[in-house]
Amino acid sequence: MLQVENLTKVFNRGTVNEKTALSAVSLRLDPGDFITVIGGNGAGKSTLLNSVAGVFPVDGGRILLDGHDVTRLSEHRRAQYLGRVFQDPMMGTAADMNIEENLALAYRRGQHRTLKWGVTGAERAKYKELLRELDLGLENRMTDKVGLLSGGQRQALTLLMATLKAPKLLLLDEHTAALDPKTAAKVLSLTQKLIEENHLTTLMVTHNMHDAIRLGNRLIMMNEGKIAVEISGAQKQSLHRADLIALFEKSGGALENDRMLLS
Amino acid sequence: MTQILLGAISLGILWSIMTIGVYITYRILDIADLSVEGTLPLGAAVACSMIVKGANPYLASFCALLVGCLAGLCTGVLHTKLKIPALLSGILTMIALYSINLRIMGAPNLSILRMNTVFRPLTRAGMTGSVAIIVVGGICALVVITLLYWFFGTELGSAIRATGNNQKMVRAQGINTDTMKILGLVISNGLVGLSGAMIAQSQNFADVQMGTGSIVIGLASLIIGEVLVGGKGFYRRLVALILGAVVYRLIIALVLELGMNPNDLKLFTAITVALALWLPQGKELLRTFKKSLAKEGK
Repeated sequence: MLQVENLTKVFNRGTVNEKTALSAVSLRLDPGDFITVIGGNGAGKSTLLNSVAGVFPVDGGRILLDGHDVTRLSEHRRAQYLGRVFQDPMMGTAADMNIEENLALAYRRGQHRTLKWGVTGAERAKYKELLRELDLGLENRMTDKVGLLSGGQRQALTLLMATLKAPKLLLLDEHTAALDPKTAAKVLSLTQKLIEENHLTTLMVTHNMHDAIRLGNRLIMMNEGKIAVEISGAQKQSLHRADLIALFEKSGGALENDRMLLS
Repeated sequence: MTQILLGAISLGILWSIMTIGVYITYRILDIADLSVEGTLPLGAAVACSMIVKGANPYLASFCALLVGCLAGLCTGVLHTKLKIPALLSGILTMIALYSINLRIMGAPNLSILRMNTVFRPLTRAGMTGSVAIIVVGGICALVVITLLYWFFGTELGSAIRATGNNQKMVRAQGINTDTMKILGLVISNGLVGLSGAMIAQSQNFADVQMGTGSIVIGLASLIIGEVLVGGKGFYRRLVALILGAVVYRLIIALVLELGMNPNDLKLFTAITVALALWLPQGKELLRTFKKSLAKEGK
């Protein structure tokens, strides 16, 4: 579903701040794969995700989505294949627009915007049903501005928006990191539910080792712009935090002083 | 007195179309677009020079709208394709239009006195000038806000509104934010061009200087409208813009009547707008100040 070949990204090339964020990373996701990505600060996790999403051009390598080479495609053109949820709950929705308008924008992801009505009556009924399943009471607040919602509610809404039109690949960029533990757990279980129901291929960045081990069928650990450890299948099922740390250190990574250990 | 009142209301209605244009960029797109200072006289110049050559004034006004759209396209391309900051893009278009407006008119101003205008059929039927302007301008403003109400409810209009809100999210939904910004600037400047054409016909001349300070007048009207009407609803907000533009003209007429030197008007408007823009922070400041006073009191 996603194929990344020798992806390289260098920030601030030619300056004193030059940083190789990705160094010839290759990765392949088959349909239905759910990969969790873990690593320290500056390991290249978010850069990998943003490169796939097309937030910035890459310096080398290729990205294929569903068999299409999207390496040179602009961010908004790639959106037809992708569902995205960001770390900042404010980033995924338009605050001054109401819930149904936000959902309607997402429902038309990848389509040409025409002069037809922005939200139709049939859609409203569908959205109401989906919002009811979230169990956050949002089904009765469909004409409320999204800016009035809490961070957790907004993130749940963003998740729903990202999966409303089933994406070829779901990109989750530390999407629970800015939430309090209780809300984070809720949003994570919603994430699991939506992924399972829609059989979504998913790439989830997290700094939480526990979540990285618990969720998904594959796990990769990044360090200095490279994939340091890759674990899948039965090996992942029986994985413990200590094993992961040992594997990581064996691969040459240093774990001192990092929030990853604290989580 | 009635004359002054009617004059102020009629002028306010014509400027309200310009205010709606400013609203689209300033509030919906979150861009302060200065090109309107050039687009207003551009619309006036296009309409007047066509009327002088004997063109139908309705057609001339429509052409002013189209040429205004072109000016908006210019600003949009400068901003999104050449990556020039929005404010500077607007200033560049504004400066360029100064020369273009002089070219179009062939002189710094152009009179259409005793020529055909969009208001002529009504004045010929016996209406006074101001009333004719209020009727024609009012119909025009209502048509504009009705069209905009519909447009911003469509998929395309929603995409433009969202672009002013959160560009990252909009791109993630597969929408080209550059195109949306250009489209918004095109519509906005088209309306400003139309407004300029109608203002020129109401005063029977176009002047290359007539756009100076127009952005501030537009903002002042916008803020007055928001303060007076407030509340929810897009149609309501659009109607508030018309009201704001009219009230602004009434205030100006009042201070002039009270003896203010007309040369001080722009200073007066600038100070008013600065205060109004500061108002939200000012309220907050006052609140914390009161709080700290109350604490000390205890």
